[in-house]
Amino acid sequence: MRGKNRGMDATPGRRQRWQQGIEARQRSPRSLWRFAAPQQFYPLAGRLAPWFAALAAVLAVAGLYLAFFVAPTDAQQGEVYRVIFLHVPAAWMSMFLYLVMAFWGIVGWVLNTRLSFMMAHALAPTGAIWCFIALWTGALWGRPTWGTYWVWDARLTSQLLLMFLYLGYLALTRAIEDPRRADRAGALLAIVGSINVPIIYFSVKWWNTLHQGASVSLTRAPSMATVMLVTMLVMAFAAWFYSIAVALWRVRTLILERERHTDWVAAELDRLAVKEKE
Amino acid sequence: MGAVFAAMLRRELALAWRGRTDVLLALSFFVVVVCLFPFGIGPEANQLRSIAPGVVWVTALLASLLALPRLFEHDLRDGTLEQLLLSPEPAVVWVLAKVAVHWLVTGVPVALFAPLLAGLYDLQPEVLPLLAGTLLLGTPTLTLIGAIGAALTLGVRSGAVLLALLVLPLAVPVLIFGAGAVEAALGGVSYAAHLALLGAGGFAAVALAPWACVAALRLAVQ
Repeated sequence: MRGKNRGMDATPGRRQRWQQGIEARQRSPRSLWRFAAPQQFYPLAGRLAPWFAALAAVLAVAGLYLAFFVAPTDAQQGEVYRVIFLHVPAAWMSMFLYLVMAFWGIVGWVLNTRLSFMMAHALAPTGAIWCFIALWTGALWGRPTWGTYWVWDARLTSQLLLMFLYLGYLALTRAIEDPRRADRAGALLAIVGSINVPIIYFSVKWWNTLHQGASVSLTRAPSMATVMLVTMLVMAFAAWFYSIAVALWRVRTLILERERHTDWVAAELDRLAVKEKE
Repeated sequence: MGAVFAAMLRRELALAWRGRTDVLLALSFFVVVVCLFPFGIGPEANQLRSIAPGVVWVTALLASLLALPRLFEHDLRDGTLEQLLLSPEPAVVWVLAKVAVHWLVTGVPVALFAPLLAGLYDLQPEVLPLLAGTLLLGTPTLTLIGAIGAALTLGVRSGAVLLALLVLPLAVPVLIFGAGAVEAALGGVSYAAHLALLGAGGFAAVALAPWACVAALRLAVQ
């Protein structure tokens, strides 16, 4: 029986035509696809990143002002609840960024674009940091309200496992020296992990309810004051734009590192060196 | 396709038989670690009884992890893996055969030994067959997930440690349902749902994991 996907020696014609089609689109000056070429994306990322960073800063200042001066004191938890304005956006971002990473992994596998893998690489550290912030602020919040830094609640536990998944991705992509294999292996891991995230969440939830009943529930009073919700959303957008800005800056360094053998990177590095001296 | 599967099965079984000590190594790791827990926790029978399913399951997971780096390593080193991937036969078939034999020589012995060891923890005799059953049902999934990890870390420096970091978080659901079934039985609750979910996870892993494994293997030899 002849397998359809034999990879290395399989149907080179079709694979090559597919690749050539993408490369042709990347070269065409008017197509948006041209930004899939690292050389084109590098200046675009450089132009966009400061805007996202500025937006993130403005939103963060506004959000923090709302959080500390406008949002009312919580009737049950007092002032300590204000950590929610950092905690919840961090938890959202950590989960969302993992999915974005898996998305870029899939795009990279399908379209064979190096930049997609670089995006996944660039997102991973930020996602891991959000995950860590969510766990850390959660612990600080748990101490005064629940009387303990940690409970084996379903959400806490799945967040911890997500942290491990991030660490696994980072460790794997850093341990493999060949960039092509590191890219694809990392993408594969992110895809497998993203299939597993919901399974982990539900299994942990079930395990938790079987073990100890709902002694601590994170779902708070059904009606959340509008101003609190707005503040949380503003902070979430700040976190989002911050992640985009940082990822863009990181992808720029990744591009320079990966493309260091090309002429345009040599020119760019010379330009940066001159700028440094001034 | 069946012929490929059978040929690979025969080859792997022959190799496993010639390297019997490897099989015994994973099994003795399992026995020793299970026997280690009472020293750390104390010989109090009630406490031991309550932790027995969890200890046996976690140790089985670690034992299956211990043997995983060997899954593709020899074939990579002597070039067999490259030839297998170059052959026109669908790679998923022989990967599945390799994984099946690996499970047969690591998962099955552990599952068969588990009831004996659980006896040391004074676990009720009624649940011992269930313990072995959950292990038989759950360890194939562990091996399949582990095979993806083994393929991803193939030939990578400090691959064995990396493998643990990659595989353990993904194995948590299996652990939950496996140990959970035994605990449900101890608590007098129905454990059918646990077994159903373990089985479902196993089928999903058989259907999906070999593809991911093959993709990772192709990366490793390129």
